Order: sequence, then C-alpha cells, then structure tokens
Amino acid sequence: MASLSIEKLTKRFNASIAVDELDLSVREGELVALLGPSGCGKTTTLRMIAGFLPPTSGRVLFDSEDVTDLPAHKRSTGMVFQSYALFPHMTAAQNVGFGLEMRGLAAAERNTKIEEALKLVRLSHLGARLPRELSGGQQQRVALARALVINPKLFLLDEPLSNLDAKLRAEVRIEIRALQQRLGLTTLLVTHDREEALTMADRLVVMEGGRVRQIGSPRELYDEPQDAFVADFVGRCNILPGRREDTGHFRTGNGLILPVDTAVNESKNATAFALRPERISILPGTSGDIHGAVEAVTYLGAQTEYHVRVGKEIFVVVRQTPGANEPLAAVKPQDLVSLQWEPHAPRLVPQTSSTGRSS
Amino acid sequence: MFVAGRPSLGRGLMRTSVAIAYLIIFAPVIMIVVTSFFAQQIVSFPPTALTLHWYGNAWGKPEFLRGLITSLQVALLAAGIGVPIGTAAALAIVRSQFPGRNAISTLLLAPLAVPGVVAGAGLYMFYVLAEDVLDRDIKATTQGLVAAHVLLTIPWTVRLVVASLQGLDRAAEEAAANLGAGPLTVFRRITLPMMRPGIVAAAMFSFIQSFENLDLSLLLVGPGRITLPVAMLNYLEFRIDPTLAAVATLQILIVGILMVVTDRFVKLSRVV
Repeated sequence: MASLSIEKLTKRFNASIAVDELDLSVREGELVALLGPSGCGKTTTLRMIAGFLPPTSGRVLFDSEDVTDLPAHKRSTGMVFQSYALFPHMTAAQNVGFGLEMRGLAAAERNTKIEEALKLVRLSHLGARLPRELSGGQQQRVALARALVINPKLFLLDEPLSNLDAKLRAEVRIEIRALQQRLGLTTLLVTHDREEALTMADRLVVMEGGRVRQIGSPRELYDEPQDAFVADFVGRCNILPGRREDTGHFRTGNGLILPVDTAVNESKNATAFALRPERISILPGTSGDIHGAVEAVTYLGAQTEYHVRVGKEIFVVVRQTPGANEPLAAVKPQDLVSLQWEPHAPRLVPQTSSTGRSS
Repeated sequence: MFVAGRPSLGRGLMRTSVAIAYLIIFAPVIMIVVTSFFAQQIVSFPPTALTLHWYGNAWGKPEFLRGLITSLQVALLAAGIGVPIGTAAALAIVRSQFPGRNAISTLLLAPLAVPGVVAGAGLYMFYVLAEDVLDRDIKATTQGLVAAHVLLTIPWTVRLVVASLQGLDRAAEEAAANLGAGPLTVFRRITLPMMRPGIVAAAMFSFIQSFENLDLSLLLVGPGRITLPVAMLNYLEFRIDPTLAAVATLQILIVGILMVVTDRFVKLSRVV
C-alpha cells in the first residue's frame, strides 16, 4: 500500500473547470471519502488518479513517485466501478484472475490467489458463474475481489454502493470498511451519499464546483461545518440566514433573535445560523425564551420529527420517539411548545460560497 | 396500459392484428413451399396430387447446382471481406474523432439507399472503364462479383457493429486497463469479445444479403459464374413450373438453418 498526494490538480474541459487546483493527501491505510453533489469534480478527480483522464495541470503522487504521466495500466491501482464493470464474457474467477494474468503469474499461483480472493468476499462457491448469473450484490463482491487480488497500491471506490438496495447497502458498507481496516488499504471513496461517507471514512473531503470546501473527520464536519453548504451537505440542518448583532445575538432575516455562544463562533463572516435538528429539545408549553406552534409531527419509528414555527421561521426538530407516558408524546399540531439547545450547539457560518478555497 | 384483471377488447384486437401481420409476412414463404409439392405444372388449387418431382427436376438441372455453389462462394467471400472492413469502419466511427466522421458514417450506409439495379449498372460501367485502364477482365469475373457484393455487406456490418459498440460498457475496458492491460490487450481480450454478438449478426446478415441478391448481380455475372438467384430468373424466362418453387424452398431452408444456428450462439433479437 502506498500513500497518495495530489498537488494543485486541475482539469478543464474547454471553457469549464471541473477540478480546480485540488490539494489532497491520503495516508497509508487511511480511507478518505470525496463527498459532493454531482458535477462537483469528485469523479473527475478519481479518474485522474486512476489514470483514465489526463490532468490539465498539477501532480499525482503515489508515495513520493510522480505518476501524473503514467498510463492507467501501469499505475497498479485497484478500482471498483459504479457499474462494477465486470467482463461479461468471463466467469467470476476469470474476472478476478485477469489482473494476475496481466502480471504474468503462472496458472497455479493464479488459481491459489483467485481462491483466496473469492473466499475473502465469501464467493468461493460461485467462481464458475458468469456475471449475468450473479445478483447485484454478488457482482459487486466479484468487483471488490478483482480489485484487491492484485495487491494494489491504492484502492479506489467509485460510488460502489449506489446500485445496491438500501438494506444491502448498509451491510456492504460495514463489510468494505472492515475489509479496508483489516487489510490496511489506502482508499479513496467517491460518493454523493453522506451517510456512506460519514460511516466509512476516516476523513471526509466535501467538494463543490471543483474545489474543496472542507476536509476533516466525519465528526468535525458534522459538528463544526465551515459554511452553510457543508453543514447542509453532511447532514440535515436548520439553516437560518441573517446577521450577527453587536450584542452577540443572531438576528435572522425574518427578525427572530437567537442566542449564540460567542466563544465557539468567532467567524466574522457569519451570515447563517446552523443547528442540527437532533440538538434541539422540545418542551410542551411556552416557558422557554423561544417558543412557537407545532406545525407537523411525523412519526419515523425510532425517531419523531417535529416542525415548529417560531415567528416566521420553521425549525425542524428530531427527537427520539417519546414513550407513551412522556409529556412530549401528547404534543400534536397547533400545540404551543418551547425549544431549547445547548449554547454551543448552533454554529454561525458563512451562508454563501464566496469564501472560496479552504485550507 | 392494460388494467389488470379486465378482459380487454384491446388485447384481443392486438392479438388479431399481430396474427394478421405474421400471416402477411409468411404467406409468400408458405405458398412457395406448398406449391413446390404440387403435381400440376401450372399452379392451381386444389393440387391434383403431391409429388417430389420438381425437386428431382431441379437437381437434374446443372445451372441450379452450379448457381448454388457460386452463390455460396460469393456470399462467403463477400462476408469474409466486408465484415472486417465494416467492423474497422464502425470502430473508427464510434471510437475516434476526426473531421468528416459523420459524413463517412452516412456514406457507408449509402449503398442501402441506391437501388441494386442502378448500383449494378454503375458498377458495370465502372468495370468496363477499369478494364481498359488495368488491361484485365473484371466484369463477369468472380472477383468483380465479390467486390460488388462486398458493397452489400458493409452497410449492414457498420450498422450492427456501431450499435453493439454504442451499447458496450466502456467501464469494462477501463477496468481491464486498471488491472494492468495495455491498449492492445484491452482490445483483444475485452473489446473484441464484447463486440462478438454484433459481429456474428453482421456476418450472418451480410451472408444472406449476398446470397439472396439478384438485382446488383444481374449485369455482373458471367458465363459459368451465374449465381443462384440469376439462374432462377433465367429459368423463369423460358418456363413457369414448380421447379422454381423447389429451388426457392431449398434457398429458404439454407437461410433458415443459418439463422437458427446463429441464434444459438448469439441471441439475434438482442443484437438487431
């Protein structure tokens, strides 16, 4: 396994810029997720790292070796494609063995490694099947085995779970993460699914418009987003545009005054108030400073979601579904409730993207 | 959209019209096969008796057997030459970018739009001129005929192979490169096998196009090198009897067997 560094990597397509001077490093054995909406440049970045796309400028390094001008077939990365990209005319075992064959391994050694790899993904019994005879989940595991068996310098995952159904996706997520940690794979994961990124990654890179918005651990990005875009993209968030008063309070565009902890919110460019729905608690009645009327109560099983109108603002609140005897259980639309949160829970962040590149 | 559980008039109408369409398509084929067994010389219903006489009669006429052999030879050669050329052209059209790509794509399909007799006449005149320049026989030679039939096979090949290339998952090629395969290996081990259904179908249609062709060949055949369709037309000039139906039945049989065999290797309904 190698480490990966990208220096000022840029890709232009005619007039438009897909990736703009991207700097990024992935330590050996680390899983870094590139997260962003479609068109943010994450896939383009991955394709430049794999060698499918020549960068306009900038460098790609595996360890300290500059591979920028190396063709894809000499880079020794193991990639899992969104469509799996299995070879339709080869059996699962032949698919897995292809990379070994390209490395000139003798048939006997190849077969041993194919068996090991298929065992790793629990498909030993299906090696003789053609891809079309396998389920989506099984095809995905063949693709994993095929990428891993060559002992790649870098493990690249391009939206690997997007073609699986929700239940399977959650399982495979854990499975891939366990495999990655056990084998110490230096991994770059491209995804637009925040849950996938949060659960799998050591570090997260939120991208937008070809640029990095923020890099950090999942917890950092979730709890301390640098701007409203990151706050919103990494998880659900109440984002209320407005401005900071000299008193230290925050005044929303609709005139609602909200208390904030100035110690954790030094940002001068604070044009939005960001607060996660689960960080707000609800009390029946109007005893608190901030209160309003319930607009909707949505039962989600383990959790319940409340929409509360305070002045002209709507707050989304997510609480664990209360037990039948708890006062909250009786809350219904039109009821008056108070909202409370820890002083350090809200973040004041820039609302727009004009802050530009982050470090 | 059908509403579930409702016995629908729509579905009945649909089935009836499908049945009628099939009947219209197959009626000539069925008529030819049936009449090839009729005993009387001038076809009329009902048959006075059933016989294999006309098959014997066809077998006894050397022009048909020679025609069959010539047709098979020409069709095999034309497909054998046209399919690789058409495949190469399809690859260039889909995979590379050069000025005039669309124009070439249109040009390669153009022979489909020219009536065969016109193309045949044009080729005949071209051959006459070329003979003067090259000082060798071209018209009425097998080479000349095969060259003409290659023109029939290229549009079909280009169309079918372009379609199969466009439907091909390029990620599979990238995956192969990712696993260490150089461009040539990727083409040989991944691209070509994935194109196989399109190429096989193209070969089959090319063969049939050439094997059945009458109009383009008319002016280009020479003595001793008459193709089967031309031999049948020649026979028809002097006589009308079910011998032709017998020959046509054999022709239908050959094409039918070819399609069934091809379909076992490549599901034609998925390619065409």
